[in-house]
Amino acid sequence: MTVRKNQASLTADEKRRFVAAVLELKGSGRYDDFVTTHNAFILGDTDDGERTGHRSPSFLPWHRRFLLEFERALQSVDASVALPYWDWSTDRSPRSSLWAPDFLGGTGRSRDGQVMDGPFAASAGKWPVNVRVDGRTYLRRSLGTNVRELPTRAEVDSVLAMATYDMAPWNSASDGFRNHLEGWRGVNLHNRVHVWVGGQMATGVSPNDPVFWLHHAYIDRLWAEWQRRHPGSAYVPGGGTPNVVDLNETMKPWNDTTPAALLDHTPYYTFDA
Amino acid sequence: MPDLSRRRALTAAAALAGATALAVPAARASDPTHDHGASHGSHDSPAAFDEIYKGRRIQGRPSSGGGHHHGAGYTVSVDGVELHVMRNADGTWISVVSHYDPVSTPRAAARAAVDELQGARLLPFPASPAN
Repeated sequence: MTVRKNQASLTADEKRRFVAAVLELKGSGRYDDFVTTHNAFILGDTDDGERTGHRSPSFLPWHRRFLLEFERALQSVDASVALPYWDWSTDRSPRSSLWAPDFLGGTGRSRDGQVMDGPFAASAGKWPVNVRVDGRTYLRRSLGTNVRELPTRAEVDSVLAMATYDMAPWNSASDGFRNHLEGWRGVNLHNRVHVWVGGQMATGVSPNDPVFWLHHAYIDRLWAEWQRRHPGSAYVPGGGTPNVVDLNETMKPWNDTTPAALLDHTPYYTFDA
Repeated sequence: MPDLSRRRALTAAAALAGATALAVPAARASDPTHDHGASHGSHDSPAAFDEIYKGRRIQGRPSSGGGHHHGAGYTVSVDGVELHVMRNADGTWISVVSHYDPVSTPRAAARAAVDELQGARLLPFPASPAN
């Protein structure tokens, strides 16, 4: 059974295996398919049109399935690997071990944002940025530059306290848990972390930075935490909502799963705590 | 360097026009490109703009929806290459190079893109493996 662990508690061997599996997917071309899929949904999901991956109730189940697909790909390379999660409310500094050279590498240099250390630095030769929106082919970051602070635990708690999953108009203007977690309204959790990392993480091709998976694995864990706090609160809408994925409607691009089938993560993986 | 000074003049003029448009919506009528798309879309589309920002030409204009991507109702370009932009329900804007950080106008999104690009050329979207 897959157990997703806090990245801060990974052993040196677990970090090495995770990095090796990610690099293997990259080398085979499979990694870039995930970047392409994400960007297609980023461009296609709109507030007044069809919306599936973002700015909509299915933001959470869509990313849960997307991460499952990626995790299964990693496990096809090394069955011992699980996605770690990054609790950015605790490990909130560019000096965190997450950003050390034995794991994801650090922030970019000031001149051009280029990441200069770690396994994903362009200089290591194994991480060409192929699916991109501009001419730059190297991984970039500017940790804590575009926004100074990552969300605090108190801010996380204020969002977890919201009892309603989502609300009409089911988009970036909604009140409720989903949109506050996504960050289009309120204290801003998920969106702000993308901005804090900077570089490709701030763009539509954000999965070019492997931290994308650790960020979303923690967002996913917060969804599970919210469910435990509000056992009487359900995924909404329940049916008949134009442009929006209702509870029992299938989701693109897979077309074989529904939000209802993804509400319980325990058939797929558990968390370390 | 007459071109450079002309560009500087254009930039200054565009900045002034932008400020005026914010304060007095009627000023849009004086924008020669505005009427091209004024009747399209359900939103009250922002005015067109055209300026040199940090040495790069950024342009924006109302446009018809549909085509090769969803109907944003507004087209932005950097040095002639279209920048994918999107309007949020609250009227704020994002672009594909700054997708999680809404700003107030399409011009602000274009400037944020130039800041982010640090001189790099924009690629036409949708992004695809480009080796």
